[in-house]
Amino acid sequence: MDILQILLSESFWAASLRIATPLIFGVLGALLCEKSGVLNLGIEGIFVAGAMSGWMAVWLGAGLWGGVLVAAAAGGFFGLIHAILTVPLGLSQHVSGLGVTLFATSVSYFSYRTALPNVSSPPRIEPFRPLDIPVLSDLPFVGPVLFQQTALTWLALLMVVVVWYVMNRTALGVAIKAVGDNPNSVDAQGLSVYGLRIGAVVAGSSLMALGGAFLTMSAFDAFFFGMVNGRGWISIALVIFASWRPGKALLGALLFGAFDALQVRLQTEVGALVPSQVFLAAPYVLSIIALVIVARSADYPRALLTPWFKGQR
Amino acid sequence: MIRVEPRTAPSRLMKIGVPILSAVIALALAAIPLVFAGAAIGPAYVEMFKGVFGSKFAFSEMLTRATPLIFTGLAAALAFRARLWNIGAEGQLYLGAMAAVAIGTGAVEAPAVILLPLIILFGCMAGAAGMAVPAVLKTRFGADEVVTTLLLNFIILIFLQYMLEGPLKDPMGLGWPQSSPILDQGMLPPLMERMRVHSGLIIALVCAGVAQFMLARSVWGFKLRAVGENAFAARHAGIRVNRTLLSAALVSGALAGMAGVSEVAGLKGYLTSDLSPGFGYTGIVVAMLAGLSPAGVVAAAVFIASVFVGADSMSRAMGVSSYLADLVVSTSLLCVLIGGFFARFRFVRVKVRQRAAS
Amino acid sequence: MTAEKVLALKGLSKTFGPVVANSDVNLDLHRGEVLALLGENGAGKTTLMNMLFGHYMPDAGSVEVADQGGHFRPLQLGHPQAAIAAGIGMVHQHFTLAENLNALDNIMLGAERLSRLRRDRRAAHAKVQKIMLSSGLSAPLDVPVGRLTVGERQRVEILKALYRDVDILVLDEPTAVLTPQEADTLFENIGAMTRDGLSVIFISHKLREVLAFSHRIAVLRHGVKVGEIASKDADERMIARMMVGADTPEPDRPVLAPGAPVLRLEKVSVPGRSRRDSLLRVDLTVHRHEILGIAGISGNGQGALAGVISGMVRPTGGRVFIGDAKIANHHPSTMIDAGVGRIPEDRHRDGIVGAMSVAENMVIERLGDPEVQSRGLLRREAIQSHAEALSTGHDVRGPGTQAPARLLSGGNIQKLILARVFERQPRLILANQPTRGLDMGAAAEVARRLLAARSRGAGVLLISEDLDEILSLSDRILVIHDGELTEADTRDREALGLLMAGEDA
Repeated sequence: MDILQILLSESFWAASLRIATPLIFGVLGALLCEKSGVLNLGIEGIFVAGAMSGWMAVWLGAGLWGGVLVAAAAGGFFGLIHAILTVPLGLSQHVSGLGVTLFATSVSYFSYRTALPNVSSPPRIEPFRPLDIPVLSDLPFVGPVLFQQTALTWLALLMVVVVWYVMNRTALGVAIKAVGDNPNSVDAQGLSVYGLRIGAVVAGSSLMALGGAFLTMSAFDAFFFGMVNGRGWISIALVIFASWRPGKALLGALLFGAFDALQVRLQTEVGALVPSQVFLAAPYVLSIIALVIVARSADYPRALLTPWFKGQR
Repeated sequence: MIRVEPRTAPSRLMKIGVPILSAVIALALAAIPLVFAGAAIGPAYVEMFKGVFGSKFAFSEMLTRATPLIFTGLAAALAFRARLWNIGAEGQLYLGAMAAVAIGTGAVEAPAVILLPLIILFGCMAGAAGMAVPAVLKTRFGADEVVTTLLLNFIILIFLQYMLEGPLKDPMGLGWPQSSPILDQGMLPPLMERMRVHSGLIIALVCAGVAQFMLARSVWGFKLRAVGENAFAARHAGIRVNRTLLSAALVSGALAGMAGVSEVAGLKGYLTSDLSPGFGYTGIVVAMLAGLSPAGVVAAAVFIASVFVGADSMSRAMGVSSYLADLVVSTSLLCVLIGGFFARFRFVRVKVRQRAAS
Repeated sequence: MTAEKVLALKGLSKTFGPVVANSDVNLDLHRGEVLALLGENGAGKTTLMNMLFGHYMPDAGSVEVADQGGHFRPLQLGHPQAAIAAGIGMVHQHFTLAENLNALDNIMLGAERLSRLRRDRRAAHAKVQKIMLSSGLSAPLDVPVGRLTVGERQRVEILKALYRDVDILVLDEPTAVLTPQEADTLFENIGAMTRDGLSVIFISHKLREVLAFSHRIAVLRHGVKVGEIASKDADERMIARMMVGADTPEPDRPVLAPGAPVLRLEKVSVPGRSRRDSLLRVDLTVHRHEILGIAGISGNGQGALAGVISGMVRPTGGRVFIGDAKIANHHPSTMIDAGVGRIPEDRHRDGIVGAMSVAENMVIERLGDPEVQSRGLLRREAIQSHAEALSTGHDVRGPGTQAPARLLSGGNIQKLILARVFERQPRLILANQPTRGLDMGAAAEVARRLLAARSRGAGVLLISEDLDEILSLSDRILVIHDGELTEADTRDREALGLLMAGEDA
């Protein structure tokens, strides 16, 4: 099987979309936060929290969508911590984000270990099954790729449309874009800078958590320590690559997923000649390259990383 | 009505008080997860205390644990003072360890007085190189160093796996992915008999002292501080900002690399992929707790090491997950951050006298 | 203008820490009136209006606004949306526009409910068109604001307020960014609107325009209202004295013969933030014993000019000479070594490192000097005593030389920067908006120092938006427009205004 054959196979594209899904959630979430002017480095920890809390909710009997809600709520909770520290208190967004990542991760790991202390292999739940949509799933090529994904992938794609619509077609989107460029513009028009930013960060963090939930409730069926493995950081790099636009965010996540799916398949082909680690490292190298190429982007939210305080002009 | 006003300048007392208070509060808040885990609170704290102060061995274990944290704490503190967000200490640590192993397991035949400094030199250079790349990407291309250093950590870890299964693999290691042991003359000498604490600690303390001195009293330190506080004004005043950032990056990376050297050539003796349980990331918390002061890093490292070692011991005694330590450490970071707010601002009660409408 | 009151400020006071910004200010506004709020920089004019508009919460006092029926109601303080709802609009000195959005979106911002799922841009567009017709102000609506000129942005700001159906319009230093002709046009339009019932307060520190364009003048000094007078009953000297409390003499500029060139730009091109703000192949010479004034509206290349002379921006073409030496490696350190003293436009961003001490800020440009360091280590006692001497000699007042520089007032920060510049006896001084934000006493001090340097033999390149300052200090004047420099052979304000707008005099 050569590269062309791989690229033309349905299983490759289905895998690409599956691998891209958590990144879609992550990039959309980071995009919302950053568009409003707040960098959320808590994303890696929020992924962990979403993965653990969603899985745990299902394991305790909440049902799959109950788990999704719990994961989103967990994301919102940790996002709120970050929002309060960075928006009204105006503390360093870098340090607060890293603190939230460490905090959310340790809360998740501790809770999991305490709830399940003596397990040799992680217990499993019944995850989301691929949605078999009648008629559409039988279409050649497109069928198996698109219409045998799980509900969470569909949710991710839906979220791309929702975020696009909110940012570009609603008054709320205008306000968020404005507060990320010049908070004074929003304040002078009688809107609340704090409210907009805190809301954007909480909403964005809920989306991020869904990325984690996908890992434990759809891609796999159990929670492993270290399973997030940098997907949060990759999402942050991809947001810059996407110029903070939902459409490009989807494209970036898909490209990334495709590359990751490709390297798994290539390993079996060329494994003898090139060490497997080259393929393992490729996604991270790719992210760095993408970051460097797009670094000085014109769409950079002007007020990103700058705190705003009421009553200081 | 209560209004928030910036303080003129935080007092010395506040600068030391805030981190200490944060540490105490974080420790006290550990009671919550203890309850959640169903453990008796009093005995748990006693076990933690005993785990550090209960015996000479326990105490030396704590110091052993603190040694790499001093190095990574210094790495983070110096970089952050220049507003260079080095989150890559974890990877730089492993680069230093790999260099130590490459030099010290037999490639170079030399007596200790030559081999040891050589290992340290190459370890530091490897760590420095690890931070040089993101620094250059930042200064030349404007690429955010937070993300590049983070992603580089993963790349370095993957590279480490490759090295441990390939060029650095121990031919007599029964197939495990581990390196050959470092020669005796390449090991950092221990400080006490039958204890694991080693002379890496002395090197760490010396580094902290030198860093504190250089930061406060040297022109290099002045430039670093100026660039970190206001890079625009620093540039306008004629300071070469990129050069300063690059030198800060090299020093920071070298210190993180030294953490790797210290662990491999002082403690373990050989390299595996789990050499560091996150020393690089914990170093960031150490630096923040220390208020980014090199002298404070020593105290903060001792505190954090105590938390880890104490929680480990308590975990074995009482069956509570040792992730409690990570909880305490991350909580103390958030507390110190919030405390920083109170150090910068104060609350003022203002009487609003509204004149009656005519 | 009628006698009907529309607004009453009663006893407004505000302090920031130890600084009293406003103390017990009472002010009334009548329907159809143009009231000028006059005072020097730091007098408390903007703070007062910020309290009216809700950006600041007063420590004491109240505000009453007439509603539709003419009844007076108290205004809820501390919330801009309350002010907007009461019919008050404000055009801020520093524009409050989102540059990534177009003008229409900026105007609609806050006027549409955030919970709505759809937007009605067509209706908004129509309404704005109507307002543009009736007010005589127009601006492109579909272009990102970041690409508009300063004048266009200001018109968007005003349209923003008019869109909200304001009865009372506050303008903060509206003519700071306009040519004299544009200022005339603006006030003509405002005059038309007041005849339709709009009431206006405008803040200014310019005597001439306050007399020309207002019905009544209220003068603030050190946060207190010291007097009110009908404009037709006032003259410049009278209100100047009210503003400052004493007569201010014009600085003494003795006639001096210009000497050898200290600065020469030959066909220098410098990139700027936009095409209009860049320099294209310009020639310029400054001589010893000379102050060369660069007059112009901001955004026409001043940033690029200051950038290349301060060393912050590398030229893409041409040659720069300081004295006889050509500058090869462009960097602030090269310019400092060549003998250029720089007074930056943004003193907080480029002038001082706020968190470092006053003493450290005083030596920051001379870190290689043997007086400051020895073998790479700072000579702390020498630095300390040097700072004390410099502070005394240049009257830099504050909480001490060890205190962080950001605690100093704007005037004292400028004195610190001047001290730092002048102690090196530079042969060329770049003074970029040197008196912006300073009260008249501090501004006079700066002017005195620049003239003294000129007498001693330095050349001064003065960049200023304040035409009066240029006229009073400069030996020669160049007008900058669209990145091009034109020698002005006239001192007539009108003629200069035309040049500043790019038209031939």
